[in-house]
Amino acid sequence: MSALVDEQKLEAAPHDGECKPPRIKPHTTSEITPWLRTPKTIWCPGCSNGTITRALIDAILGLELDPEKVVVVAGIGCSGRIAQYLEYSTVHSAHGRALAVATGVKTADPSLHVIVAMGDGDCSAIGGNHFIHAARRNVDLTALVFNNSIYGMTGGQMSPTTHTGDKSTTSVRGNVEAAFDLSELAHAAGATYVARGTAWAYRQLVDVIAGGIAHTGFSFVETMAVCPVYYGRFNLTADPAEFLKSQKEHAVPAGKFEDESRLRERYPVGVLHHSERAEFVASLQAMGVKAREAAGG
Amino acid sequence: MTASPILLQGNEAVAEGAIAAGARFFAGYPITPSTEIAETLARRLPEVGGSFIQMEDEIASIAAVCGASLAGAKALTATSGPGFSLMQEMIGFASMAQIPCVIVDVMRGGPSTGLPTEPSQGDVMQARWGTHGEHSVIALVPSSVLECYTLTVEAFNLSEQYRTPVIVLSDALVGHMREAVVLPEPGSLRVAERGTPDCEPEDYDTIVSDLDNILPRPPLGSPFRVHVTGLVYNRRSGAPETGDPEVASDLGRYLREKIYHHRDAIVRVEEMEMQDAEVAIFAYGSVARSARAVVKWARAQGAKVGLVRPITLWPFPTAAVEHMAAQVHTVIVPEMNIKQMSWEVQAAVGGRAKVVDYGRVDGKLITPAEIKELVKGEFYYQDWED
Repeated sequence: MSALVDEQKLEAAPHDGECKPPRIKPHTTSEITPWLRTPKTIWCPGCSNGTITRALIDAILGLELDPEKVVVVAGIGCSGRIAQYLEYSTVHSAHGRALAVATGVKTADPSLHVIVAMGDGDCSAIGGNHFIHAARRNVDLTALVFNNSIYGMTGGQMSPTTHTGDKSTTSVRGNVEAAFDLSELAHAAGATYVARGTAWAYRQLVDVIAGGIAHTGFSFVETMAVCPVYYGRFNLTADPAEFLKSQKEHAVPAGKFEDESRLRERYPVGVLHHSERAEFVASLQAMGVKAREAAGG
Repeated sequence: MTASPILLQGNEAVAEGAIAAGARFFAGYPITPSTEIAETLARRLPEVGGSFIQMEDEIASIAAVCGASLAGAKALTATSGPGFSLMQEMIGFASMAQIPCVIVDVMRGGPSTGLPTEPSQGDVMQARWGTHGEHSVIALVPSSVLECYTLTVEAFNLSEQYRTPVIVLSDALVGHMREAVVLPEPGSLRVAERGTPDCEPEDYDTIVSDLDNILPRPPLGSPFRVHVTGLVYNRRSGAPETGDPEVASDLGRYLREKIYHHRDAIVRVEEMEMQDAEVAIFAYGSVARSARAVVKWARAQGAKVGLVRPITLWPFPTAAVEHMAAQVHTVIVPEMNIKQMSWEVQAAVGGRAKVVDYGRVDGKLITPAEIKELVKGEFYYQDWED
């Protein structure tokens, strides 16, 4: 962790919702682009994945992390493609397995800043088991979920974050299932930093991502992404600008959010939960030191 | 000075072999009959500066092993049938992304939950073809406690040398057996280190590994800023490229040939009494122990019976089998499955000798008495003493 990160260490939150992440001054496009391997992406016009990618680079630059120590492990899906676009050490792993791969990376080399990019289905359907266990272990990873409430890469099927009644190519008459609130799931499973941002509120998004990276322990950052091509067209609007603007209406600052659970039309944003407890890799290392002392070496 | 023998279990020997090979990361999930490997490494790895993680399932275990290996650690996992099935996805990732790692499969009766505490050799084809798509693997089959140790070391060496997952196909009998063994002196076995590519980071992407010069991949978090992917990638740049059939073909053929091109260097076969054999027993793993006793018994009575024991099961020891087929009139293939390797033997024999298969899938070891009966059938003119 750089000195700057220490200085910007999160203020200890007296209780949920009052933690302030670091304030990052956004970087210019000419500062951002050296961290992209290619100007070309496969993302559709109007997709917010590019915005989230930029926010991640902004956060890494703002925290002044050693770029050689940044590792991005991604899953499979639209979001997973971020791995091949970023000019850091990157792993485009397997569908759902990014957190398990990242747990191995971080344990083998604790000096690395490991960021895990996943989609909503990637993280909470096929990868749901790895998700809750990485949170339970409190591994020092930053899980960045691109939540667009749909499987985009395969053409618009419902995911565990598709709301009841929402349409998709596999819920043409409306989804009969209930949606996960991923942030609350992360919190319940033991994540020690949980935040939500939107593609609409860029600076807040950068800040909550930076807060997650600066936090020691399992950080969960849920980014509310817009997929105008599938989710929007089926449910809200196919117009990317309108879709983005709707996020402004839906997102409520965490401190002002009073509903018990996230709704389709209303969800809290900002740092939702923050606490400190023993981090997994550090605990493992401390146990190793004791084991070697006891073994006489 | 000769070290005094110690009493060691096959699974414990795998764990000690892994440590001797430099493994410093294990991720696994408890499953009979492999659990002692996890238990031993949970105790031992922290003592040598390594890490043990008990993951939430076998998929996570092999995924974490891939991650640890990419970060520079020699890493392994151990499991049995049901867990091995779950691992196939990430074994494919390790093949595609060329990640050195070792997977120990202590075979038990299957399919499904099957016979958890009984031995089997039912996973030999899964080891070769379990993950989807064209790929190649290396699989080693120990038949003694000492080999559990030495072949685990060898598995790590091969995985580093060829940047590939290597599977150690143990079984419930070899894994749970205890033998008095004298372990090799530390430093007496070859241990391959990963090394770093001898070039500047900016040149790395333009240097292409060829079949005779498989470059090590720099670890994650280095100036090389590598990209690792399970997509088809251009072997010349490392970048994913799925739109060009030539790129896909080049990679697919390379992933196969980087193993098969080196088959002579990789494959190890032990032969016993084969110099003038007329009948050969082709047996591997725990069944080879019974076969060895039968060869001694037959030779004591003047019958020209020999043993061909593959230590490397994959790539298949085709040359050794062809050589055998030119010499003997019959090959007996006893195995704890139904015809899985005997088909492969038959293909290599190519009609030059008779292939007699004998399989058991009841969780019981094939005994010397059963193999003796098969041998007797090939020497109908001889009077036998038991």
